[in-house]
Amino acid sequence: MDTHDHHHHALPLSMYIGVGATLFILTGVTVVSAQIDLGSTANLILAMSIATLKASLVALFFMHLLYDSKLYAFIFSVGLFMLTAFIVITMFDTMRRDGIYDHRAVKIQQEAGFYKDIHEAAAAEAAAVEAAGDGEHDAPAPAAH
Amino acid sequence: MEQVVAIAGEEHHRGHPALAHHFHDMEQQHESIKLGVWLFLVTEVLLFGGLFCFYAIYRAWNPEMFTQAHQLLDVKLGAINTLVLIFSSVTAALAIRSIQLDRPKQTAMFLVVTLLCAATFLVIKYFEYSHKIHAHILPGELFAYTHLEGVANPHIFFSIYFAMTGLHGLHVVGGMVFLGFVLIRTLQGTYSSEYYIPVEMGGLYWHLVDLIWIYLFPLLYLVG
Amino acid sequence: MHSSPPDQNFLSHPKGLASWLFTLDHKRIGIMYLILICLAFGLGGFFALSIRLELMRSGEQFMDQDTYNKFFTLHGAVMVFLFIIPSIPATLGNFCLPLMLGAKDVAFPRLNLASWYVYVIGAAFTLFSVVTGAVDTGWTFYSPYSTQSSTSVISMTFGVFILGFSSIFTGLNFVVTIHKMRAPGMTWYQMPLFVWGTYATSVIQVLATPVLGITLLLLILEKTLGIGIFNPEMGGDPVLFQHFFWFYSHPAVYIMILPGMAIISELIAVHSHKKIFGYKLIAYSSVAIALLGFLVWGHHMFVSGQSEFSSMVFSFITFFIGIPTGIKIFNWMTTLYKGQICLTTPMLYALAFLILFTIGGLTGIFLGALGLDIHLHDTYFVVAHFHYVMMGGTVIAFLGGIHHWWPKIFGKMYSEFWGRIAFVFIFLGFNMTFFNQFMLGSQGMPRRYHDYSGLYKTDLFERYHGFSSYGAMVLGVGFLIIATYLIASLFNGKAASNNPWGGLTFEWATSSPPPTENFREEPIFKHGPYDYDKVLPENI
Repeated sequence: MDTHDHHHHALPLSMYIGVGATLFILTGVTVVSAQIDLGSTANLILAMSIATLKASLVALFFMHLLYDSKLYAFIFSVGLFMLTAFIVITMFDTMRRDGIYDHRAVKIQQEAGFYKDIHEAAAAEAAAVEAAGDGEHDAPAPAAH
Repeated sequence: MEQVVAIAGEEHHRGHPALAHHFHDMEQQHESIKLGVWLFLVTEVLLFGGLFCFYAIYRAWNPEMFTQAHQLLDVKLGAINTLVLIFSSVTAALAIRSIQLDRPKQTAMFLVVTLLCAATFLVIKYFEYSHKIHAHILPGELFAYTHLEGVANPHIFFSIYFAMTGLHGLHVVGGMVFLGFVLIRTLQGTYSSEYYIPVEMGGLYWHLVDLIWIYLFPLLYLVG
Repeated sequence: MHSSPPDQNFLSHPKGLASWLFTLDHKRIGIMYLILICLAFGLGGFFALSIRLELMRSGEQFMDQDTYNKFFTLHGAVMVFLFIIPSIPATLGNFCLPLMLGAKDVAFPRLNLASWYVYVIGAAFTLFSVVTGAVDTGWTFYSPYSTQSSTSVISMTFGVFILGFSSIFTGLNFVVTIHKMRAPGMTWYQMPLFVWGTYATSVIQVLATPVLGITLLLLILEKTLGIGIFNPEMGGDPVLFQHFFWFYSHPAVYIMILPGMAIISELIAVHSHKKIFGYKLIAYSSVAIALLGFLVWGHHMFVSGQSEFSSMVFSFITFFIGIPTGIKIFNWMTTLYKGQICLTTPMLYALAFLILFTIGGLTGIFLGALGLDIHLHDTYFVVAHFHYVMMGGTVIAFLGGIHHWWPKIFGKMYSEFWGRIAFVFIFLGFNMTFFNQFMLGSQGMPRRYHDYSGLYKTDLFERYHGFSSYGAMVLGVGFLIIATYLIASLFNGKAASNNPWGGLTFEWATSSPPPTENFREEPIFKHGPYDYDKVLPENI
């Protein structure tokens, strides 16, 4: 059986108030920092870093992961790891969908009439859009990639 | 098979009325339930994780659209809601601490504050939603807001916004139901430092709801 | 601990339907699952036979193409979601796991009963779609077709969503049970390998099922509100549905096969009366398969238009799954070497598993190869491959497990003679049905086709299909024989001894059938689950 450490000892009140106050301050920091334009990506990274700091405080102190059996922390980490793997590996696809490797793409596109037709159609469409004077962005539909 | 089965000794002393028959002692029961709760929280993380994955992919595909569309959300209300939830998280944690110290009245008080905060969160959310509905800022095909000229497919952002906040809102409601049940049982005097696992279950769940909002707020309201 | 009188067991006491419907006893819940799962298997089998009869000759036989689409969808959905995913964990797992650990029950008996009721509700929603016009999308519900199809996709996907909860409840319950309810003295490496396999399965159930839940919810929202995230016209992406679906459904393949492997580890050790070879490696390989299984889902999507880069990554990782799987196969074969093999019915199924699963696994390697998959994708080669894994693997192991633990569950012996006859029918019927489908697929016969009369090679296809259909009938006869003698054994079978096979795990130490509280005296761990070299035969 697992070792039994006595778990009924309460943590000091000051810890809860201190962590709560830190979370309040960090919320203020993230709202203010989002108003400063650092560029879309930098803002995202900053906001996510602060959010992760806040979430860690909640998990470690309020959810007692720091004090409890490490098993709980391990299980929670496995969940987070699986989620990260899911997002990252899915984005291997979505971020590189038009990334047919160049040296092959040229050959394929020369040989396959299918691609030629597509490119001609796309070019014609782009010309038509230009002619209509509409500055619309690329349709983000992946079908268009 | 006498070799395998040996008499385990005296009957266990049946300690606490809340001890289920198939556990040896309160310690084993407490740890088992807590492990179950953590596994449940992992399933919640992955449930929301699907939506976070959608968010990541569509934001990477349409950074411009997300920047434009997220400005329709009210940062002030979002920030207030964040503070409300964090405060309720503090009180939920304190409710557990109080019962560990055998102070059920204090626990009940902290639970009431937590529930009030949860209600406040939902009321603010209601005002946000009703404003969006009036302005026809709705998910998918229902989206009919006309003042976002030149932005392709802004409805995608709001599909994700409503899916994420809607699912989160449902979890807030679920948490309120469970914490309400815990509050009643606390008032009935069921819990003590010997047996308080339902309070801890409610608290852990509530922290997770808070934890998810800690990510939702910047992703949806701040950086879009 | 209060013991029930020696003549009472969990089947006989308490009596009455209500005592079953409100029971918290894991053994009774296991039997309640067994009944429903057998019904689901019968229903899925009915659809399978109908499909095979339709395909027996080229040209339309007795159902039109819309009916055919609905039938193969129902065959897939019923077999996957109602039968095979809950099959082993919820029946044999429920029954054996606490017994093997020497526990009185699973950690959360109420949750266990709830999972049964949730299963019933989910099954009701899934099958309700049959009444309202059935579903014709295939069991995978791929968008954009599923978002446009006018059939009752919502009812079925909502049913599957609910079934997910049942699966999560079972998995969560087992993980906690294995962590916290082991008998005093039993360490992780002294657990039976069935428990390790179930543990790996349960971890997948907990980690993967929520993603299916959110995917199906979004599909329902897409159909009802038109939220557009799977709709390319609105800037959405249908391929994302496939990613989300397979992030669950590929690990779900391991939810199906890992419990099968878990059973085989028990059968081979017990029926060859030999210490299992490479205990730790078999245990670790289950966990390795569970974790690696999360990283390979994209090999279902090689022709979906996903990026070449991810196809390469997925193909590469897919090959690694072969390593832990191979480790298991070799360890089982080494266990057999110089063992005292008894060709009992369970052992016959275990040996059949080794053959059939190896064929299924190796053809999986073919399909994981990027170039070859382009040719074989969506042909009968794929159909044959996954039937060799799912049916030749899981169903064969399930049958072996049922025969192995039947004396323990019901306290009756079945007819060994009829058991072996039925095994011959099953083994021959299965190979007749599916082996030629490898040829069919590599010759270019696409799957899910209602009629192949227009295709070139129609004559060849007709020969293979016809043979396959006859095989399906042989298989059906085999299952009928099994059902007959198993049910008959309940009424006139010989009473089973406590330990008919000479097993060393805890469940054989209690009476057959066990008393309600599992063990009349709390079991203490004295020797390992496979210590045939240490325990003298007369003590078994």
